[in-house]
Amino acid sequence: MLEVKDLQKSYEKDKPALKDISFNIKPGTFVAIIGPSGAGKTTILRSLNQLIKDDNGQILLDGNDIRTANKTQLRKYRRQIGMVFQNYNLVERLTVIENVLHGRLGYKSTLAGVFGRYTQEEKEEAMSLLKKVGLENFALQRCSELSGGQKQRVGIARSLIQHPKVILCDEPITSLDPASAQNVMELLKNLTEEYNLICIANLHQINMAKMYADQIIGIRKGRLVFDEAATYYQRIL
Amino acid sequence: MQSPIKYLSHKGWHQTAIIAIIGGIYILGSQILNFDNLNGLLAVPKAFAWLGVNFKPTAHSMQYFPRIWQKLIQTVLLAISSTMVAAIIAIFVALLGSKVTGINGFVQTIVRAIASFFRNIPLVAWSMILLFSFKQSDFTGFLALLLMSVGYLIRAFMEIIEDEASETMLALKATGASYFQVIFQAVLPQILPSILSWILYMIENNVRDATLVGILTGTGIGFIFDIYYKSFRFDAAGMTVLAIIFVVIALETISNQIRKVIL
Ligand SMILES: Nc1ncnc2c1ncn2[C@@H]1O[C@H](COP(=O)(O)OP(=O)(O)O)[C@@H](O)[C@H]1O
Ligand SMILES: [Mg+2]
Repeated sequence: MLEVKDLQKSYEKDKPALKDISFNIKPGTFVAIIGPSGAGKTTILRSLNQLIKDDNGQILLDGNDIRTANKTQLRKYRRQIGMVFQNYNLVERLTVIENVLHGRLGYKSTLAGVFGRYTQEEKEEAMSLLKKVGLENFALQRCSELSGGQKQRVGIARSLIQHPKVILCDEPITSLDPASAQNVMELLKNLTEEYNLICIANLHQINMAKMYADQIIGIRKGRLVFDEAATYYQRIL
Repeated sequence: MQSPIKYLSHKGWHQTAIIAIIGGIYILGSQILNFDNLNGLLAVPKAFAWLGVNFKPTAHSMQYFPRIWQKLIQTVLLAISSTMVAAIIAIFVALLGSKVTGINGFVQTIVRAIASFFRNIPLVAWSMILLFSFKQSDFTGFLALLLMSVGYLIRAFMEIIEDEASETMLALKATGASYFQVIFQAVLPQILPSILSWILYMIENNVRDATLVGILTGTGIGFIFDIYYKSFRFDAAGMTVLAIIFVVIALETISNQIRKVIL
């Protein structure tokens, strides 16, 4: 269970980017956060894994507040929270499987991580996740040689190998062609069910949100303007 | 909101003004320096003609070749070693000082200031200063090239880190990876091609500069060029110049090939 209470953030004085944002998400829910550009969607997502330090509020993951965690605790929270990016944020020069294995770094000792020493089980899991996202034949290909849709699926595999409770997706389909976008959304939805995940995706395509999301959160000018089960919108829109 | 037509005509006007100003500065400059443009231009072919006659190596100058070659190798090695040491220092300092991997704002400012200091003192001035402490030796030349290269490479590496590594860094940080894991698994692999490309460029550059530094520090190819020139053995001096040109072009060709493979 992810509970967010009265989240506040301003980058500049007297210009709040987030005001009193509160919502709850149950496991197994695919959530879309929608809103115009500059509304505060990225700020919310990055507060959830504390890449951005918010100013006030509570972020409870299974009852524990992430905001008050020290450095070691924060590392432990972050490894339970996967993240998927608009620009994929892969190390393009490395192979697909190396990028997937990066998702294990949070579980490793600093030295083992620095030298990229992974266990046999980790490597086998990486392969089976690549199979799951349909890239089992690309394991040894450099990421720079992949298409956008394939890169995004590598990013998703990287987050899955973290054994996450939560996956945060910041505009996961904005850089993709329509077919790849559908493909990625379908994959995220299926994974949410299969692994009982909390999957939160920032989107600005309302039709995509309606088609795939279980819960839709609307943000405007840093304020929450609605938070409803998607079925509600399917009825009224 | 400005209309596009107005914007374009403004832009055209600006360009004309800039060209006029540059032309004006040139004319003013040559007046102040008493530089005679026409005779200056006519002197160029004359200089080349003189070079062609006097610097032409003959069969007789082949006797100098082994010595020139030995000094040339020495100079190339000096350029390579100073660049490599500079690159190792620069990568550490750049990691400490870049906006994305840096420690804090204070360290970043200090690093920028140091890099700019080393870069903006001319190589000749570095050589002169170091000559006081280290006398005429290979080490003086090595140190002068090193300090200058460190200044350039820190600046270049910081920009590369900021441009190319910030996104992947963010992704790995989000997985719970520690600082050193992020540096070794994301930042360094991501920036490696650009870094190597800069190192190759710096080596080419330092071979040329090492020649100049050698004249001052009494070492390497620059030194024997100086000796041949001052003792009026122009054919040997010409031979030295040809050898330098050959090596510089060879190095450029090799590093372009390496770049093709790594990029
Ligand atoms: N690093 C920053 N510094 C200052 N202002 C920022 C920064 N990041 C975002 N903002 C501002 O905060 C607001 C919300 O931004 P963001 O969360 O990126 O919106 P969205 O993701 O919905 O487009 C915007 O007005 C943006 O200009
Ligand atoms: Mg955004």
